[in-house]
Amino acid sequence: MQPAVEFRNISKAFGPVQANADVSFTIAKGSIHGVIGENGAGKSTLMSILYGYYHADSGQLLIDGQARNIRTSQEAIDLGIGMVHQHFMLVENMTVLDNVMLGAEGGFKLAAQRKDVENKLRDICTRYRLDVDPLATIHDLSVGAQQRVEILKQIYRSANILILDEPTAVLTAQETASLFEILRLFKDQGKTIILITHKLGEIMDITDQVTVMRAGRVAGAVTTSETSKEQLASMMVGRPIEGNLPRQPFNPGAPVLKVSNLQLQDASKVQLLADINLSVRAGEIVALAGVSGNGQSELMEILAGMRLPTSGQVELEGKALPYTGRSNADGLPSTFRQLGIGHVPEDRLRDGVIKDYSVMQNTVFGYESRVKNRWGLFDFDAIAKRCAHLLQAFDVRPNNPDLRIGLLSGGNQQKVVIAREVSAQPKLMLVGQPTRGVDIGTIEAIHTQLLRLRDEGVAILLVSTELEEVRALADRIVVMSGGRVTGELPIDEFDTTRIGLLMGGMHKS
Amino acid sequence: MKQMKTTELPRWATGIVLPLLNLLSALLVAALVIHLLGESPVESMKILVDSAVINPEGLGYTLFYASTFVFTGLAVSIAMKAGLFNIGAEGQMYFGGLGLTLAVLAFDASLSPWLMIPLAMLGAAVFGALWAFLPGYLQAKRGSHVVVTTIMFNFIAASLMNFIIVKYLLPEGEQNPASRVFAESAALPTLNTWFPFFGDTPLNIGFPIAIIALVIYGVVVSRSTWGYQLRATGLNQHAAHYAGVRISRMIIVAMLISGALAGLASVNSIMGSTHYLSLNFPAGAGFIGIAIALMGRQHPVGIFLSSVLFGALIQGGFDLSLEKPNIPVETFIFIQGLIILFCGAMENLYGPALLKLINATRKG
Repeated sequence: MQPAVEFRNISKAFGPVQANADVSFTIAKGSIHGVIGENGAGKSTLMSILYGYYHADSGQLLIDGQARNIRTSQEAIDLGIGMVHQHFMLVENMTVLDNVMLGAEGGFKLAAQRKDVENKLRDICTRYRLDVDPLATIHDLSVGAQQRVEILKQIYRSANILILDEPTAVLTAQETASLFEILRLFKDQGKTIILITHKLGEIMDITDQVTVMRAGRVAGAVTTSETSKEQLASMMVGRPIEGNLPRQPFNPGAPVLKVSNLQLQDASKVQLLADINLSVRAGEIVALAGVSGNGQSELMEILAGMRLPTSGQVELEGKALPYTGRSNADGLPSTFRQLGIGHVPEDRLRDGVIKDYSVMQNTVFGYESRVKNRWGLFDFDAIAKRCAHLLQAFDVRPNNPDLRIGLLSGGNQQKVVIAREVSAQPKLMLVGQPTRGVDIGTIEAIHTQLLRLRDEGVAILLVSTELEEVRALADRIVVMSGGRVTGELPIDEFDTTRIGLLMGGMHKS
Repeated sequence: MKQMKTTELPRWATGIVLPLLNLLSALLVAALVIHLLGESPVESMKILVDSAVINPEGLGYTLFYASTFVFTGLAVSIAMKAGLFNIGAEGQMYFGGLGLTLAVLAFDASLSPWLMIPLAMLGAAVFGALWAFLPGYLQAKRGSHVVVTTIMFNFIAASLMNFIIVKYLLPEGEQNPASRVFAESAALPTLNTWFPFFGDTPLNIGFPIAIIALVIYGVVVSRSTWGYQLRATGLNQHAAHYAGVRISRMIIVAMLISGALAGLASVNSIMGSTHYLSLNFPAGAGFIGIAIALMGRQHPVGIFLSSVLFGALIQGGFDLSLEKPNIPVETFIFIQGLIILFCGAMENLYGPALLKLINATRKG
């Protein structure tokens, strides 16, 4: 049988960066094909070439056995290629129906086709068990449902080859399971699925074939049933991955952070956080586990001084943090930093760095008042020395302090942020999603740094949606759901099922 | 994978080559129009350059105009660094002129120039800042967009000044809507006292003061921690908040400084030339400040060069219209518009092509 897609010697460079080099592999029709690799391994570039966003510098692309030159995404769509992006391409305040029709209206008068399309959608939904109401508005839907709308859109446009880019990054375990059900149905209809991910578990669960990419090249192509997670992981990084990182025995000190009865309501009185009670001791990593959007981010923002709580008390080493008597949190993060709270924010590009500032400028971000002379001017020599030391110690690559930080990979940006926050020697370190969008090699480096910080006696509060990460780092796990703490367990009672239930809002019973 | 953007162009390309290409494009279109008006573009260009740069007296006028533009350019630039588009430099300069005039009218008989001039400058800065305060406050506390409020404040300033000049400042029996002429103590010393080379021009100590302002701006914006926070606020407000910058205070302070600088622009044009407050004296200098900030990319050297360019265009354009009756005075406004179009709105027109060219030469 003809393969659905064949890449032949595809190469693509962006300036000096070789994103794809001589990539060749085939994707069989009617299969689920996994493409894995670290960040920057060239997966996304390759898929963008397939979807018409980029144009390969050299090489050939065959769709159903025919050489094709795909110049725009419209041409890709016409060839039956559909893509579900990591960040959904949906208009939030329009209905599912309107979103599907957008760009495929098929005429000037909308109303005439509406009913028609709606029926078609209902039909597709039953056939693929998609469980989406065509007349629902997007912003009322859960993340999982929005993703199903994206898939629905592709099926409606009669996609035969479906590309999914990190589809489970935002899903709960249950939602992931139901997504995989849908994908299997899709495959049974003879359609082809390309799954881009870095989660090895999913690859093992659902794919037929796997292509591993490393540094722009194909590092290996295997049949899923004949491989193992370990083998895939070592192909991805080019060396075997160590399972457990070394850590000192758990020996907590005095409580550093104590949160009592914390409440947060938004402007329209919606309860975002309710009755949060929490403590973190010196030398302890407490992980806040939960599906993202269940109040963890808000809690971290409050503890970092970026947001004011509605009521409740937070103590740092027995002293109440100064939330009271102000109308907004303007400038408060600076005060909190002086009190010894470090913060690695969840969304590093939004909060943690200034993309247009150099690496060196970013190493003093938030601490600029500590490196000025008496004229209020920067002490550039001191900053440069400090920066050189940090880049060395945290192995930031490339080791170039003058590069704009926006040009670094996500992992290296994160290393800069962590280096900066660690170097301020905080008593309490707030760490949000430290390895989101970070490649495996760097994940290990970041975890090692965090464990070292713990061994040095710093209290660490970690937010992570990855249970693997929670297991690797935490001494104690606090599970949040719907803005409440639903359970708490020490690491030696780690139990995926129980945590999963707590994350779903099932209270401790 | 990151897509190569024009922002990945080397700094010499974005800072020098692109602005020059944009400027060249604007001049080419202008040349075409001059050709259509029935005049020779080459000859016109020659007249323009001759009278604005080569002739010493012309150069004096060019630099005199530039001294005003440096201040309005700085005003727009510093706000832009904080992510604020201050369209209101015109109104702030106008109102700053009132502060200056009130100080002078009160003290020009009793104070020596050594005290009078700084006091007048202070008056101009305070009134300019005052006029920028409310838009800044509304932006910071209420989220009212500063573009909208400053435009409105330009109109309010125009009406208010009209009222104040006619009702309170007009000397009895005068017809011309202006204040009385200032005493000698409020006149800025002209540079031809020390440099006879410039001949009979109004070029005055406002020019070196403008240079000092540029230097201070450069140091504060790129070397001070405050400037670091200011730019962070402009580039990414979320991150600036995370870093502990007081965003609303930063916005208000940036607008106050912006307004003060716009107000100071009135010093050169009133105390250096007319010596009285007249109706609509800014004559668009505040708006030219926008073009200067865009074209000079808020860099002190860029602001200086574009200020001189606009000064030269005014000076040369004026002479050109005298010599070539087919070319109206308004041609300058037209060329100015073209420069704003090419340097502001179509800033990155040549970016992708230039990037390709650079990559091609590097490979080859």
